Amino acid sequence: MSELFYDAAPNATRVAPARETERRYPDKPAEVSLFGTCVVDLFFPEAGLDAIRLLEQQGIRVHFPQQQSCCGQPAWTSGYREEARAVALAQLDLLDDGRPVVVPSGSCAGMFRHHYLELFAEEPENLRRAEDLAGRTFELTEFLLKVCKVQLVDRGEKHKIALHTSCTARREMNTHLHARELLAQLDNVERIDHDHESECCGFGGTFSVRMPDISGAMVLDKTTALRQSGAAEAISADCGCLMNINGALEKQQQAFRGRHLASFLWERCGGEQ
Amino acid sequence: MNQRIPVTELASDFKGRAREALADSQLRSNFRTAMDSLMRKRADAFSDEDEREGLRELGNHIRARSLSNLPDLLEQLETKLTANGIKVHWAETVEEANEIVHGLIEAHDGRQVVKGKSMVSEEMEMNDYLADRDIECLESDMGEYIVQLDNEKPSHIIMPAIHKNARQVSALFNEKLGEHVSEDVDELIQTGRRILRRKFLEADVGVSGVNFAIAETGTLLLVENEGNGRMSTTSPPVHIAVTGIEKVVSNLRDVVPLVSLLTRSALGQPITTYVNLISGPRKPDELDGPEEVHLVLLDNGRTGAFADAQMRQTLNCIRCGACMNHCPVYTRVGGHTYGEVYPGPIGKIVTPHMVGLDKVPDHPSASSLCGACGEVCPVKIPIPELLQRLRQENVQAPDHEPAAVRGAGSKYSRKERMMWRAWVMLNTRPAFYKLFLWAATRFRALAPKKAGPWTENHSAPVPAARSLHDLARDHLKNSPIRGEKS
Repeated sequence: MSELFYDAAPNATRVAPARETERRYPDKPAEVSLFGTCVVDLFFPEAGLDAIRLLEQQGIRVHFPQQQSCCGQPAWTSGYREEARAVALAQLDLLDDGRPVVVPSGSCAGMFRHHYLELFAEEPENLRRAEDLAGRTFELTEFLLKVCKVQLVDRGEKHKIALHTSCTARREMNTHLHARELLAQLDNVERIDHDHESECCGFGGTFSVRMPDISGAMVLDKTTALRQSGAAEAISADCGCLMNINGALEKQQQAFRGRHLASFLWERCGGEQ
Repeated sequence: MNQRIPVTELASDFKGRAREALADSQLRSNFRTAMDSLMRKRADAFSDEDEREGLRELGNHIRARSLSNLPDLLEQLETKLTANGIKVHWAETVEEANEIVHGLIEAHDGRQVVKGKSMVSEEMEMNDYLADRDIECLESDMGEYIVQLDNEKPSHIIMPAIHKNARQVSALFNEKLGEHVSEDVDELIQTGRRILRRKFLEADVGVSGVNFAIAETGTLLLVENEGNGRMSTTSPPVHIAVTGIEKVVSNLRDVVPLVSLLTRSALGQPITTYVNLISGPRKPDELDGPEEVHLVLLDNGRTGAFADAQMRQTLNCIRCGACMNHCPVYTRVGGHTYGEVYPGPIGKIVTPHMVGLDKVPDHPSASSLCGACGEVCPVKIPIPELLQRLRQENVQAPDHEPAAVRGAGSKYSRKERMMWRAWVMLNTRPAFYKLFLWAATRFRALAPKKAGPWTENHSAPVPAARSLHDLARDHLKNSPIRGEKS
């Protein structure tokens, strides 16, 4: 059934990329903190490690504060504001040293950059600290492209990939634009559009367990579109989406998989540059 | 007249209806095809991105300004309408609104009503109310006519019969009208028009909605594409317009950008085929028009939303439907799944103040918060932010101070709150968190093969052999660019 839809409406819903934000970027810093995110921590640790390697490759000293946990997003999107605030406060205290914070996930970076301001809206002192954190939080692809101004040297074979961008990342962080630009630097990598590319994969955090039928229909469509794109694999800068997409592909007994952009970039461009 | 049976064949709860809709491949393909086309049309109509964003900003501004003057504007509107010969009626509830409409029809011994498209009349369930009092109320918008013929409710606020394709409409016409109509869309429309044309001439009363009520001039503006709005409001001797109190704007200048946003966002049209500006009943020297014009202004919970600064933004809505056209959930489950008058993202945020959040407790959760709705909203209603707010209201403890949203707290669960408290402990005490990481990675082989609803669509997630905490610590220890031990 899904196959039929795709023939009927290839790429119909690709909306124009969101407008580039007016964000001003600092010069490349000597040191950064990496906020790994809880999903990467437990399910995609290699992606976090590859993010560290990519940053080090740029001559940046990376700190990984061992006290870090979760950004608070699961509680926040579930309506548990107080609980989200408590967890957010712990990260706010931890990341209070003024170092730039790099996050290998658009949605968690969006949490720091946008939603902490809502969480602490009524607390002047914490709000000031949240604003400070927001100002020095960068999603990984954004940081590599805009702050490090990387020039990637592709060492890999010819390869076709599809890019999936998380919705919050797309709409809050413009990650899709940054990732596209990074991938365009790779001479042997061809990025292929997939059907309904801008559409959500159906993850949405707790949405996927509260509304499994709807979420399941969405991820089935997304995985089908990715598989039928002609790409050899899917690349994403968000592990929430990847957990959803890969988990569904595995359940469907498909060989096709998604991979974090950091791991993909490190595989192709790793080592001395 | 067909007695309407409101969605009796559907499951009684949102999730059940969603499941049924998802399994209906015809319904799925009807919606996907239609929504794809509407998204494409909107994108084409707003090809200049700067112009689009500027116009959305302006639209938001006009609506916010109008709402901030709402009481004054409504007073001015009443004064001007009255001066123009339009009688104004105020209704706090749908029951009151129906009584007013019924009273007006009775006063003219009306038995036949013809109606242009009006979502507020759907809110009132006016057709049923009047049918119970032996008054036939015929829908004249083609889509509304189709759903009325099939005893259904609209599945979309702009295109009520979008869940049906031409083949299904043809079958319906053949069955209900006893006419042999092909699947040719033009022929279907001609058939409907022929029947409706007769009704316009016979009707005692015409009912319509209002897109914008203009305070400065006392004008009711109505956009439409089929001419049925103009027929309904001019042909019968009495015209009754019904609308929500939020539809008022200051002046005609405000209306120009709003109409442009509305028609382009809804159907990708630069402007609708008809733009009706209704400024009063027929004057002595005029050849046509109704002898009486009435406006019923309905509250139905809108003042409740107005009282809350955040939820007030729901009243910005100009009912274009773009949010549902772009919603991946709506596209898959269709409008009837929502079980309410207003489906899709906008329905999720306006329905709670009309019927109470406790009546639609699953609605705020039925979103991945992907943000597509907020991105396309012509008046920039932050729909995802308001859904987030409703999720908070949903789980509010019962002893919480009087809630700003009607019916809040119906999803409160002590067990779930405890679970989140435990989650807080885990994520605010690094020693706990690390112990958790250690256990999860160390005993990963013991990870359950079933993980609730997650494993309906996914294989069970298996933790990595080592956490990033571990890997990063070891890596940074030996890194050429040493990170400090922390």
